[in-house]
Amino acid sequence: MMKKLLDWVDARFPLTANYKAHLSEYYAPKNFNFWYFFGSLALLVLVIQIVSGIFLTMHYKPDADLAFASVEYIMRDVEYGWLIRYIHSTGASMFFVVVYLHMFRGLIYGSYRQPRELVWIFGVIIYLVLMGEAFMGYLLPWGQMSYWGAQVIVNLFATVPIIGEDLSVWIRGDYVIGDATLNRFFAFHVIALPLVLLGLVVAHLIALHEVGSNNPDGVEIKKLKDEQGRPLDGIPFHPYYTVKDILGVVVFLMVFAAIVFFAPEMGGYFLEHNNFVPADPLKTPEHIAPVWYFTPYYAILRAVPPILGSQFPGVLAMGVAVLIFFALPWLDRSPVRSIRYRGPKFKIALTLFVIAFIGLGILGILPATPLYTVLSQILSVVYFAFFLLMPWYTKNDTYKPVPERVTTK
Amino acid sequence: MKKLLLLLLLALPALAMTVPARAAGPAVSLDRAPINLKDDASLQRGARVFVNYCLNCHSANYMRYNRMVDIGLTEEQIKDNLLFAAEKPGETMYIAMRTGEAKQWFGAAPPDLSVITRSRGPDWVYTYLRGFYRDPSRATGWNNTVFDKVGMPHVMHDLQGHIEPVYRVETDLTGAEHTVIERMQLVKPGSLTLAEYDALVGDLVNYLTWMGEPARVQRMNIGLAVLLFLGVFYVIAYYLKKEFWKDVH
Repeated sequence: MMKKLLDWVDARFPLTANYKAHLSEYYAPKNFNFWYFFGSLALLVLVIQIVSGIFLTMHYKPDADLAFASVEYIMRDVEYGWLIRYIHSTGASMFFVVVYLHMFRGLIYGSYRQPRELVWIFGVIIYLVLMGEAFMGYLLPWGQMSYWGAQVIVNLFATVPIIGEDLSVWIRGDYVIGDATLNRFFAFHVIALPLVLLGLVVAHLIALHEVGSNNPDGVEIKKLKDEQGRPLDGIPFHPYYTVKDILGVVVFLMVFAAIVFFAPEMGGYFLEHNNFVPADPLKTPEHIAPVWYFTPYYAILRAVPPILGSQFPGVLAMGVAVLIFFALPWLDRSPVRSIRYRGPKFKIALTLFVIAFIGLGILGILPATPLYTVLSQILSVVYFAFFLLMPWYTKNDTYKPVPERVTTK
Repeated sequence: MKKLLLLLLLALPALAMTVPARAAGPAVSLDRAPINLKDDASLQRGARVFVNYCLNCHSANYMRYNRMVDIGLTEEQIKDNLLFAAEKPGETMYIAMRTGEAKQWFGAAPPDLSVITRSRGPDWVYTYLRGFYRDPSRATGWNNTVFDKVGMPHVMHDLQGHIEPVYRVETDLTGAEHTVIERMQLVKPGSLTLAEYDALVGDLVNYLTWMGEPARVQRMNIGLAVLLFLGVFYVIAYYLKKEFWKDVH
């Protein structure tokens, strides 16, 4: 009976073929380690955000007069509304935690290298869209930080020479952040960007499954196959990695639940204290800090001094800091992919980059004192040097021989 | 190398916690508020103080009176003892004062207090409510140690009494003279001792903290159950993975 039904479907839709291509006969390297959990976890967080978001949309009011109150209504009067809201707010931050770790995995094992350039590029676009999605979502609670954070970011567009002013008004739909801005950000946040995001995730996965997954050794498992054409070092994604990823999911959910139930504000980093004050266009907070996942770029923005009275160079530097990830596949000239077989130059460069990224993240939270500004400038230079000097230090590094097969401990 | 990076990543949240996320103006050392959300008696006392002293000028527009059944009161008790400004227990704690008038009287509209402990923090509110002192230069006659030139007068001065600063003149390195507050002294006792007043403010801040997030106790209880479930699930998932992977070498 089931067999007949399946045949009926398969004659009309490639169900079994797709199941095989992407799960039961998608061969993944058998030596995936800790860092390989974060791809599937990112997908999980996306689903969590979409589902919790749908429920929030049922009670939230995208109206400057009602938005703040509707969030408190969700927190108090909606059955388990507090849970839905905390899941969504925690999910936003955890999305970036997972995505940053996922990107870092790509960096250390060279997952962006030929032939996976498009996997990487789709990934960077996902990251960009995710930033937009998070930024617009943060306006919706209509607290002081929502309001002034959005004000600061939209004002960045006003620094663009000639068209800047008009551009920023066009984005806001008003001369200041207001009801019109809230409404359009809501539209972008709940439908436009999630649609784009889903499409990009599908493209990311299709591209990945076309070329096959990289692994911690950076060797190509498709080179050595058995008589049936299966990679010798490959194992079917399902059931091997599905059961393994469940393990990762459970650990992740434990961390997630610990935050949602015991520290949903995360000391003011996931939910900022000032955002419990309703938006007031007449009262600028003395210290406006973006949410933690934007702070490295915010620090770079502030590190660049204005030129001819224009903040535009800083804005440009911030934009380039994000967009430079696109160039990574072509900046890396090393003969090997994985950090395991790379030499000291790359390892030092990567360590400095991690220190710069985290350091900038901390500096972006702090007020800009002269000392912190100098520190931000130094770390910004380190950040860009990691990319711009990469062709040089990867070409002149020493390398260890790469094994034929993947290694397992 | 790998371990170093991993350590760095794991140390990040800890590192971040050392950076103050709450930038609250000039640094004033705050006293720790005695918060115990499971102490219903304290929460009920705090609710009474709140309704009597705060709810005339400040609203709590997101808080419904009947939510106080969560702190051990019956609807009848709420109706008889706490419901002055509203008609029905299902209503929120709104007030009749208009924002425009309030602005004229105090210079700023008194903020809604529904989530005040979430924006200011319980310790700040606790210190603030105990930090009023006499200052003839202010229109209300009152100033505050943690909120300089505050528009709010000392509403509970009949309880705490009058505190007056003892000033001292200090000369800095440039030779300029500054008047600084050396210490505070009680010049006119209130109906409570200072210790009793601290306890009363403690109850009030406890109530405000509860009101800021009434689901908090429930949240933590559910959280324990969820973590326990995930713990059991982990063991099952671990052996499932081990079973499937035993033939992978």
